[in-house]
Amino acid sequence: MTTGTGAPVRVEARGVTLAFGASTVLRDIHVRIEPGEFFALLGPSGCGKSTLLRLIAGFNRAQRGGIFLDGVDISAVPPWERNVGMVFQSYALWPHMSVAENVAFGLEERRLPRQRVRTRVAEVLELVGLAEFGGRRPGQLSGGQQQRVALARTLAIEPRVLLLDEPLSNLDARLRHHMRRELLAMQRKLGITTIFVTHDQEEAMTTADRIAVMDQGVVQQVGSALELYDAPASRFVAEFVGTINLVPAGDPLFAALVAEPGGATHAAFRPHSVLLAQRPGDPTHHWMPARIAEREFLGEFIRYRLEAAGREFIADLPHALGSAGFAQGAGASLGIDRTQVRLLGA
Amino acid sequence: MSAPLAAPGAVAPLNAEAGRWSAGQAAVALAIAAFLLAFLIWPVLTVIRVAVTEPDGSLTLSHFGSFFQLSLMRESFANSLYVAGMTVVLATLIAVPLAYITVRFRFRGAILIQTLGVLPLIMPAFMGAAAMQLLFGRSGSVNQLLGQWFGFTLPIMEGLKGVIFVETLHYFPFILLNLSAALANIDSAMEESAQNLGASGWRLFRRIVFPLALPGYVAGASLVFIKVFDDLGTPLVLNVTNMLAPQAYLRVTSIGIEDPIGYVICFILVGFSIAAMAGSAAFLRGRDFATLQRGAAAAPRRDLRPWQAVLAYGWIVGVLLLVLSPHLGILMLSLSKVWSFTLVPEIWTLDNYSVVFRDSTRMITNTFLYCGLAALLDVVIGTAIAYLVLRTRVPGRQWLDHMATVALAMPGVVLGIGYLRTFRDTEIPFTGEALLGSWLIFVLAYTVRRLPYALRSCNAALQQVHLLGSWLIFVLAYTVRRLPYALRSCNAALQQVHLSLEEAAQNLGASRARAIWRVVVPLMAGGILAGFVTSFITAAVEISETILLTSRESLAPMSYGIYLYMQSIAGRGPGAALGVVAIVMVALGTYLSHRFVAARHAQQFMKGQRP
Repeated sequence: MTTGTGAPVRVEARGVTLAFGASTVLRDIHVRIEPGEFFALLGPSGCGKSTLLRLIAGFNRAQRGGIFLDGVDISAVPPWERNVGMVFQSYALWPHMSVAENVAFGLEERRLPRQRVRTRVAEVLELVGLAEFGGRRPGQLSGGQQQRVALARTLAIEPRVLLLDEPLSNLDARLRHHMRRELLAMQRKLGITTIFVTHDQEEAMTTADRIAVMDQGVVQQVGSALELYDAPASRFVAEFVGTINLVPAGDPLFAALVAEPGGATHAAFRPHSVLLAQRPGDPTHHWMPARIAEREFLGEFIRYRLEAAGREFIADLPHALGSAGFAQGAGASLGIDRTQVRLLGA
Repeated sequence: MSAPLAAPGAVAPLNAEAGRWSAGQAAVALAIAAFLLAFLIWPVLTVIRVAVTEPDGSLTLSHFGSFFQLSLMRESFANSLYVAGMTVVLATLIAVPLAYITVRFRFRGAILIQTLGVLPLIMPAFMGAAAMQLLFGRSGSVNQLLGQWFGFTLPIMEGLKGVIFVETLHYFPFILLNLSAALANIDSAMEESAQNLGASGWRLFRRIVFPLALPGYVAGASLVFIKVFDDLGTPLVLNVTNMLAPQAYLRVTSIGIEDPIGYVICFILVGFSIAAMAGSAAFLRGRDFATLQRGAAAAPRRDLRPWQAVLAYGWIVGVLLLVLSPHLGILMLSLSKVWSFTLVPEIWTLDNYSVVFRDSTRMITNTFLYCGLAALLDVVIGTAIAYLVLRTRVPGRQWLDHMATVALAMPGVVLGIGYLRTFRDTEIPFTGEALLGSWLIFVLAYTVRRLPYALRSCNAALQQVHLLGSWLIFVLAYTVRRLPYALRSCNAALQQVHLSLEEAAQNLGASRARAIWRVVVPLMAGGILAGFVTSFITAAVEISETILLTSRESLAPMSYGIYLYMQSIAGRGPGAALGVVAIVMVALGTYLSHRFVAARHAQQFMKGQRP
């Protein structure tokens, strides 16, 4: 099984700015995706992540900057000559063609001999586990199968880069987890540079080597899941990746938590860095009285919404067998682990 | 209708879902079925029976034998096929570029194209035919100009060519609208994924765009074929009689109602209509793709390059001039004293209008009476069928829909002859008046033949599709059994939403009948009105069955009057004037109801009724 005629390629966006009319969708984007990397574009809807993907595929044109494959500017290359394979969110399987015809399409456009087309179609259908389904119409397949066909259709042309637009959003939760692992396994096997777009942080964190978090047309931060989670560069990233408690610099609590504030705007800590107890304990923590405003039992842990020092906090406490936890409305002591507090915004 | 659960004779339902029908509903269904059987199915079956039986009742093919022995009949058959086929070809040539330009390019003329789509509804082909003769005929304005300036003339109005020319200009919007809807509903990702895999330009069009839009084209083209194949008015006005529909009319009116050849022709007309409809339905099955998914976007419109803009606007202005020429011609004709052998009329006058209002007010009131009553009946029956089909489980309810839709495949000539034969001895109960000699026959004929249009609108209204509330609602009349794709894809959801509105009313204490009256009907009002108007205006300019059913001039509606006037040179002026009156009437009705529907649309939209 081969993909791509040569080694995996590096994809770069250099200073890309794109506007539709008066609204700027991408602002001065610089991203460098290494050969063979599984890279995620993560952000809320409307952040420009799909636009960036479509720019790489050639369906949008940037006003400034360009897309480079292995250092070569491809901005002027039309979509049909780029050999950058894209799997669409809706799959976009052509209803008037059978599964095999759909998969064969790109090969036929490349004028491959009929025999080669046939073997290649069989090969990729085998790869996605749909060898028996070539004669079906797309409408006769389940959502998960349709997605595999869309993937097979794209992989068939041996693209230099694989683009996935919200690949899992049309699947139900169980299938989503399954396909996630399968996609990753496939990508590892083929070693193809892959960029996928998602608004689901869990999806991005579990699959991608690195993630670019985007908001309002700007790349907020690029890094591995661990880096984004542990060292968010901005308040947006901190709040978008995982759940977090924020204390602004002016607050008395800020001074109590942070020894050297520098120019930070917020102190931040995750809900699981918080302890709840009947009375203050461990001295490495900062303790204060709190009231339980709400509680949600989530199985592995209980999420408490607390009121303390005139602010609201979220605390996640592991659930142990037989433990009832704190009741709603009860008082408790809230302890914040000082070693787990990080600073935001220089 | 309001009997809630256990109706006598009905199986006690297990729950409201499984047993949403009552004796009252069944009675309504039966009444409608009886009406359709008596005034649609039976007359048509009678025509078919006469075509295939001897007078003693035994089956025979001898009438077909004598039909094909007559060279005039063979010629008429060939001519009808030729005219219908050529019209489809030419209409395609006009409509395909228009559809592509308007759907795929940023373009200022979109409203013009929409208007093009409604024009044929406002003015029937036969009415324009006379005007076209004056404009494009051998000594018409255009050939005068060509002759004077370039020394040659275009014989486009001669014989069959004239019929093809007039029919093409009249019917191409059927293809345009269906194809545009199909093109507009291709998900942009369908094309982009093809580009992504290496296809572009002509290959992209041939392998992806064309196959995906083909169902829309086939639906439009098959309609054009049927309409032209069955048309009676246009050939008659252009004095072309060697075609099937005119021959059927001539045989029955000159030789007599007993002449079997007329019935054979009817048999052929019905056969082709059904074959064309069934053929396109078979073709569309499994191919009727609704590719535009929720949340997906249609292909973005591109900007025209300068040379493309010149071509596009040139094409559209050209088509528009041609399409508007009969309207302009009719207007000029109605204002002229004499108009022949000159570019434009030499003497202008309003006399034609005073003639019309002096002599023909009866016809105008007749039209209002017949078409108004027929349209009213149509929306009542249409609403009832739509409700029975979509909301109840009365057994056999689908057959009401199928039966009503049969009328679409029924040429006016056939229905007219069927009525003449079936009801020749029928008297109206109590008065003893002959049914054929009364105005009731018009109401019945119009009701039956326009019912499918009204039914479409009512169906759409019940499914809240009328919310699109624009000219498009009238386009339903062209799209036959196919609601515009995009709408249908979300119908299931809409239907649920709407059903809950009705259930909420019942939950708050309204009986089923009260819930229909207070919730369903008001919500459907826009669509019902659209159905009324569509039915009214298409009946108001109907000619085929009108010619056949008019037994006395005092009973004649406007369309017959126009046809009659147009028979003589001297009558052309008043005929055109009457035509203008009809057009203004129809256009006004269309416009007002459009305003009403749009207003309701805005209102409901603001209330957030639309999910």
